[in-house]
Amino acid sequence: MTVTPLASRANLSGFRWFFLVATIAIVVALPVLSIFWLALFPEENIWPHLLDTVLLHYVSATLILAFGVAALTLVAGVGSAWLVSMCRFPGRVFFEWALLLPFAVPAYVIAYVYTDLLEYAGPVQKALRGWFGWQTARDYWFPEIRSMGGAIAMLSLVFYPYVYMLARAAFLEQCGSIRAASRSLGCSPWQSFLRVSLPMARPAIAVGLSLVLMETLNDFGTVEFFAVRTLSVGIYDTWLSRGNLGGAAQIACSTLLFVILLIALERIGRARQRHFVQAPIANRDRYRLGGWRSLAAVLFCGFLLMGGFVVPLLVLAGYALGNFSSYWSDDFIEIARNSLLLSAGAALLSVLLGLLLAYGKRLQPRRPVQFLVGFSKLGYALPGAVMAIGVLIPLAAFDNAVDALLREHFGISVGLLLSGSVFAIIFAYTVRFLAVSTGAIETSLEKVTPSMDRAARALGRNRWQTLWAVHLPLVRAGLLTGGLVVFVDCMKELPATLLLRPFGFDTLATYVYQFAADEMLERSALGALLIVLVGLIPVILLSRAIGWRRGDSGAELMESEAPAI
Amino acid sequence: MFFRVLLQKLVVITGLLGAIGANAAEQVNIYSYRQPFLIEPILEEFSKKTGIETQVVYASKGLNERLQREGRNSPADLVLTSNTSSLMDLLNKQLTQPVKSAVLEQNIPAQFRDAVGNWFGLTTRARLIYASKDRVKPGEITRYEALVEPRWKGRICTRSGKHPYTLSLIASMIAHHGEAETKAWLKGVKANLARKPQGNDRTQVKAISEGVCDLSLGNSYYFGKMITNQEQPEQVEWAKSVNLVFPNQADRGTHMFISGAALTKHAPNRDNAIKLLEFLSGAEAQYVYAEKNFEFPVRPETPRSELINRYMGEFKEDNLSLTEIGANVPAASRLVDEVGFDF
Repeated sequence: MTVTPLASRANLSGFRWFFLVATIAIVVALPVLSIFWLALFPEENIWPHLLDTVLLHYVSATLILAFGVAALTLVAGVGSAWLVSMCRFPGRVFFEWALLLPFAVPAYVIAYVYTDLLEYAGPVQKALRGWFGWQTARDYWFPEIRSMGGAIAMLSLVFYPYVYMLARAAFLEQCGSIRAASRSLGCSPWQSFLRVSLPMARPAIAVGLSLVLMETLNDFGTVEFFAVRTLSVGIYDTWLSRGNLGGAAQIACSTLLFVILLIALERIGRARQRHFVQAPIANRDRYRLGGWRSLAAVLFCGFLLMGGFVVPLLVLAGYALGNFSSYWSDDFIEIARNSLLLSAGAALLSVLLGLLLAYGKRLQPRRPVQFLVGFSKLGYALPGAVMAIGVLIPLAAFDNAVDALLREHFGISVGLLLSGSVFAIIFAYTVRFLAVSTGAIETSLEKVTPSMDRAARALGRNRWQTLWAVHLPLVRAGLLTGGLVVFVDCMKELPATLLLRPFGFDTLATYVYQFAADEMLERSALGALLIVLVGLIPVILLSRAIGWRRGDSGAELMESEAPAI
Repeated sequence: MFFRVLLQKLVVITGLLGAIGANAAEQVNIYSYRQPFLIEPILEEFSKKTGIETQVVYASKGLNERLQREGRNSPADLVLTSNTSSLMDLLNKQLTQPVKSAVLEQNIPAQFRDAVGNWFGLTTRARLIYASKDRVKPGEITRYEALVEPRWKGRICTRSGKHPYTLSLIASMIAHHGEAETKAWLKGVKANLARKPQGNDRTQVKAISEGVCDLSLGNSYYFGKMITNQEQPEQVEWAKSVNLVFPNQADRGTHMFISGAALTKHAPNRDNAIKLLEFLSGAEAQYVYAEKNFEFPVRPETPRSELINRYMGEFKEDNLSLTEIGANVPAASRLVDEVGFDF
C-alpha cells in the first residue's frame, strides 16, 4: 500500500477524512447491512427446496435476461454513440441529444404501453386480422409481447442510454491523432474502430453496462408483468407466499454477490482509465457517411428514438389528452410537486454525499477507503421492496430507541420521528442511487490531474478550499450528470416509495401504479406522461452538459470534464 | 456532522409538534393492502357520519413488516387486507389485538372472524371457473377436480400459482384431499394450461374472449366489475363471452375466501378504529361492498347486489375454516414450486 504525498502531509486531517467517508458509507449501507442481518435468521432453510425445484429456472431466466439486455444495450448504446460522435450524417446533431430521451421513460410504463399496442386486442393485431380476415388467436402466429424476448426488448429500449452516455463521452475524449495514426497504418474505418477506439472506450462501456445490469437484476415490475420469473420474482415469492423474509434476504444477498462482481469489473475497467489529455474531435475528423450508409445510420438512431421514446409518448399522450378533463384533478399538482421535491432533495443529497465519498477516496486512496466507497454502492443492486424493508429496520430502531430514551428520562413520547416521514423516502432514494452519483463524480475527479491538487496545496489552500476552488468547477459536469440521473431515477422509483410513504401521500409513480397494476393504462396515462415530461427536463439539461456547447471548431475544452457515470 | 445534529433536532421538534397536532383531531390510521378506489368511497362516508378523519397508506407488499418494525410507536390502527394470508401473517407476528364488540359479533358470522376477535372478515368472494360461452357447454365442467381431465388439454388459463388467490384454492384442495393428491391435481392442471400463468384474473377472461383458452380461474367480483365497466367498454365484451361456473355444488361447495381487517396491537386510536370496524361491518358499508365491488357481504341481513343475484344466484359455499386454509398455504406454495407450475 502506498501513501500518497498528499496524505502523508497531515495524518490528522487524513484520519478525519477517513472518518467522514466511513460514517457516510456505513450510514448509507445500514439498509444493506439490515438485509444481511435478516439473512442470518431465515424461518426455514429454503435452499434445499429451491435447489430441488425452481432455482434453476430462476437463475437461467435471470441470466438469459441479463445477457439479452447486455447484448442489445451494447449494440444500441455503443453503435449509436459511435455514429453520433465519429460519423457525419444528416440529423447527427439532433440524435446526439435525442438519443438520451428514452432514459426518462420508466421500464414498467414502456412495458404497459407496448403490451397495449401489440397484444391480441391491440391496434396492431386488430389491423392485421382486418387485412387478412383472421378470426381468432388460433388462426395466425404473432410474437407474444409478454415473454422473455419482450422483456429483453423493453428493458433494452430504456436502459441503452446508460451505455450510450458513457460510450459517447469516451469516444469524444479519445485523441483523434491515435485514430488518424491507425488509419495511416492501413486500418479501414471498421478496423480502426474495433482495434483502437473500442478497446480505449472499453472501461467506460463496462461502467455503463454494469449500471444496466444492476437495473436489470432488480427490475420487478416489468418481469412480473411479462411472467418472466427471475430471481427477483423468487425473492418476493419466498418472502410473501412462503412467509420467509430471512430466506428472501438470502436470495437477495446472493444476487448481491453477482453485483459485487460487476462493481469489481467496473473498478478494473476504471483502473486502466488514465489519460489526462484530450484533443477534441473536429467535425472534419468525422467519417462522412454516404448514400445507404447514412440512411442506415439515420434508421438505426431513429429506431431507438422511436421505440424508446416517441411511440410510448404518443400512446400516453393519446390516452391522457383524449380524456384529459376526466383524468385531470387538482391533486395532480400536489402529486407532481411531491415527486419533484423528493427527487430533487434526493438528487442533492446524493451529489453531496457522492462528492464527499469521491473526494475522500481521492485524498486517501487506500484499500479500506476504496472498500467503504464500494460498499456504499450496494443499495443500487437490491430489489426496491427488499431495500425498503432494509430502510425500515434501522430507521424504526432509531425512532424507537429515541422514544424509549425520552420516555424514560422525560416521560414524554415522541412516537416515530423518521419512519413514515418524507425523510425515510429521501433516505431510501439516496441509499439506492448513491452509486450513480458517486460513480459520476469519481470518473470526473479522476480526470483532474493530481498536479492540480499539489499546486493548490502548495499555494496554501487547505483540502476544503482546494475542493471548493479547484475541483468543484472542474467536475461541475460530473456533479450535474450524477445529480440529474439520480433525479430521473427517483422520479421513476416505485416499490420503496409505495411502502415507506407517509399517510395519504402520493408521487407520480405511485399514482400511475394504482391504476396500471389493474391494467387500466388509460387512467394511469396522465401520470405516466408527467413522469416522462418532468424527467425530460434533466435529460435535456444533461445532453446540453455533455457537449451541446462543443463547437465544431474544436476550440472549447468542454469534453475534458465530460461526465461519465 | 453539524448538519446532521441540526437536522435531528429539527426533526425532533417537528415530530413533537406533529404528535401534539395528531392527537388533537379525531382520526383513524389505516395500512391497506386493498386498492384505494375500492375503499375510499366507504371511508368518506364514515368520515361524513362520524367526523373521524381517516388516513391511509396503500401498498401491495411489506405493510406487515412496516408495522412490525415500527412496534409500539406505530401510528397504524387498522390493517385492511385483500386475502386471508396477510391476516394470518399478522396473527403469527402477534401484531393484532383482540376486539370484543357486540356489533361485530352480530354482523359477522362466526366462521368469518377469529374466535377471540384478532381479525374480522368483511366480505367474501368465491373462486369460480369462467367458461367460454361458445366453446364450453353448460354442465361440461362442474368441479375443480375436473380441470385435470384430458379434454381440457391446452384450454385452461390462470394467473400465477403463487398469487394468494390461487394459493388459497390449492390450500383448500390440500385440506380436502391431502398433499399427494393435490400435487397430482396441480400437475394435471399445469399439463392442461394453454399458456404460462400470467396476468391477473381479468387477463384470463380476456384471453377466453380472444380464443386463447376456454376455461379460467377467477374471483367472482371481477365479473361484476367487467360487465359494468363504463370506462373500458371492451371489458363488457370479455364478460359477455363467458359463463360462470360455481364448482363443486354437488359436494363440498365452492371455495370461498375473505377480505378482512385487524386492529393493530398498539393502535393509538383504538376506539375510533373499532368504530370504523363496526361501520365496515354495518348495513351501509356492506351494501356498498356488495353494490359497487360485487363482493359478497358477510353480514347476513345485507342482500347481495341485484347484479350478483342475476348472474350468480344462490350457491353452496365450502365451509372450510379460514384458519385451516391459512395453515396450508405454505404447503401449497411448496407444491407450486415442486410441479413448476409457473414455468
